[in-house]
Amino acid sequence: MSPKGGGGRGDRLMVPEVEFESYYGKQIIKTPTWKTPDVPLYLFLGGMAGGSALLAEGAALQDLPALEKVARGAAAAGAGIGTVFLVHDLGRPERFLNMLRVFKPTSPLSVGSFILAPFSAFATAAFGSQVTGWFPRLGRLSGVGAAAFGPPLATYTAALFANTAVPIWHEGHRELPFVFGGSGASAAGGVAMVLAPAAQTGPAVRMALAGAALDLGAVEVMSRRLGMIAEPYEQGRSGRLMKAARALTTAGAGLSLLGSLGKGRRSRVARVAAGAAFVAGSVTLRFGIFEAGLASARDPKYTVVPQKERLAAREAARAASAPG
Amino acid sequence: MANSLWGPLDDVQGDAGYDAAHPPRMGFFTDTSVCIGCKACEVACKEWNQVPDDGYELSGMSYDNTQALGASTWRHVAFVEKPLDKPVDKPLTTTDLGLPGMGPPGAMESGATDGDAGVRWLMSSDVCKHCTHAACLDVCPTGSLFRTEFGTVVVQPDICNGCGYCVPACPYGVIDLRKEDGRAFKCTLCYDRLKVDETPACAKACPTESIQFGELSELRERAQVRVEQLHEQGVDVARLYGADPEDGVGGDGAFFLLLDEPEVYGLPPDPVVTTRDLGSIWKHVGAAAATLTGLGVASFLGRRR
Repeated sequence: MSPKGGGGRGDRLMVPEVEFESYYGKQIIKTPTWKTPDVPLYLFLGGMAGGSALLAEGAALQDLPALEKVARGAAAAGAGIGTVFLVHDLGRPERFLNMLRVFKPTSPLSVGSFILAPFSAFATAAFGSQVTGWFPRLGRLSGVGAAAFGPPLATYTAALFANTAVPIWHEGHRELPFVFGGSGASAAGGVAMVLAPAAQTGPAVRMALAGAALDLGAVEVMSRRLGMIAEPYEQGRSGRLMKAARALTTAGAGLSLLGSLGKGRRSRVARVAAGAAFVAGSVTLRFGIFEAGLASARDPKYTVVPQKERLAAREAARAASAPG
Repeated sequence: MANSLWGPLDDVQGDAGYDAAHPPRMGFFTDTSVCIGCKACEVACKEWNQVPDDGYELSGMSYDNTQALGASTWRHVAFVEKPLDKPVDKPLTTTDLGLPGMGPPGAMESGATDGDAGVRWLMSSDVCKHCTHAACLDVCPTGSLFRTEFGTVVVQPDICNGCGYCVPACPYGVIDLRKEDGRAFKCTLCYDRLKVDETPACAKACPTESIQFGELSELRERAQVRVEQLHEQGVDVARLYGADPEDGVGGDGAFFLLLDEPEVYGLPPDPVVTTRDLGSIWKHVGAAAATLTGLGVASFLGRRR
């Protein structure tokens, strides 16, 4: 018996269920085996580190030493801790160096290994140089290197997720890099807003706000364009995480504006709270997108229905262009 | 690297870097219209490749307790009992082998089906498709997955570090990580047997020649003849799946003759290799990285505070 019917557990849908057949309701593609919290946390740390490297370079050029130190530390720590999570996620962690055996442009994971490795080296060298005062010129050059690899680090993970058969990730491949980049920017700005002295956090606030706007906007555009495929962003556990992320990021934006209204203690507290909200929003967003992918893989409806629509459209086009 | 990533590809091995003297592309044609659901293929595969057991579960999915392909299941026989909603116009002719049937002797002489009145059985032995454009191969970051000289796709277990990227990349849901082991495993098309000119274990064991092994070009011709033959007999539902080089994966090295829609068997109706969109994916990543850089620069313009 091949059962008809679709998913949509829990929440009520306002549109009728789509009819499709499946093999006993079993999923067609495999669920990603990537571990949680390792991979979602790596997404957050990579984005935060990439954004922080940019922040640090700007701070160095504009002579904001406290901001520069916090941002350099965040970049180095993000890359380092992120690498630990990545190695731990492997099925055979002792073979992690096999990632550097080949360079394959068709594999975002391969390309990413060759982004993360130099970024980590540069970010650590830059931070180490700034903290110890040794090799200041090499340190500055490393900082530039980290800033060059930073935006790729923050966005390549979108290619990693999109370059799979998971419908919600693959079909969203146009907007996902902007979601990840924006979220990385807001996370980087947020960390600096929490840890750096308020007098030097102006650029961090601006970066966090811009990143938040990009992130929220891109998620909205993506969800609308994907239609039924984007259901996991609205329903179930992943839907709740996405909603929480949206709320936290929006709260961060609101608190930032509040924190920019004066110079007193209250505005400083608001700014720190805003930074924390941005960071929490970025973390929650990564978990939401990760969980949404798992849900998208598990329900055969997201694989079967769009593919059948595609087939039908091709058939219709073929019939329309057939002679006579 | 002048590799094509999508679309028809005549010489898969040449494209992968083998010189012109490579053997012809080998594959499977699984004709599900003659599958009897004996599961000899599952057993033979596990025995030859020493694949560990992956659980003894009664699934309630007809005779299918294997449930799906996976790291420790490289041949999976699917069973679907479809109710017949209308009588068959032109019944399939069956040969009386003198075997026991349902009911008392002589009770079922004429009749479209032998005792299964009202039910149409769909049985199919699923396997790794060894795609022309294999997403698992494209995304493997260690180079563990590679294209053999026979045009098949094989994992090297001594290199695989279990990153798991191949798992969600496969549009058919074939490859998976073995939990206790950590690495990825899948059908090798009995690479070791191919090297000594032997037939893969499943094809060797199949008693009805539902699983046919040979040169892919010859198998495709044979399949076309078989489909036409079935259509002449009135089996209009028969169709080939994975035989078309114009499809989303460039055609499969292991393709099928199905008697219903692919999704009924748990197969994707219109699989596409994810690598097809990789150009667009990287372009958007580049644009996002540039935007992030612009954001970073813009954040420092204007007042310091």
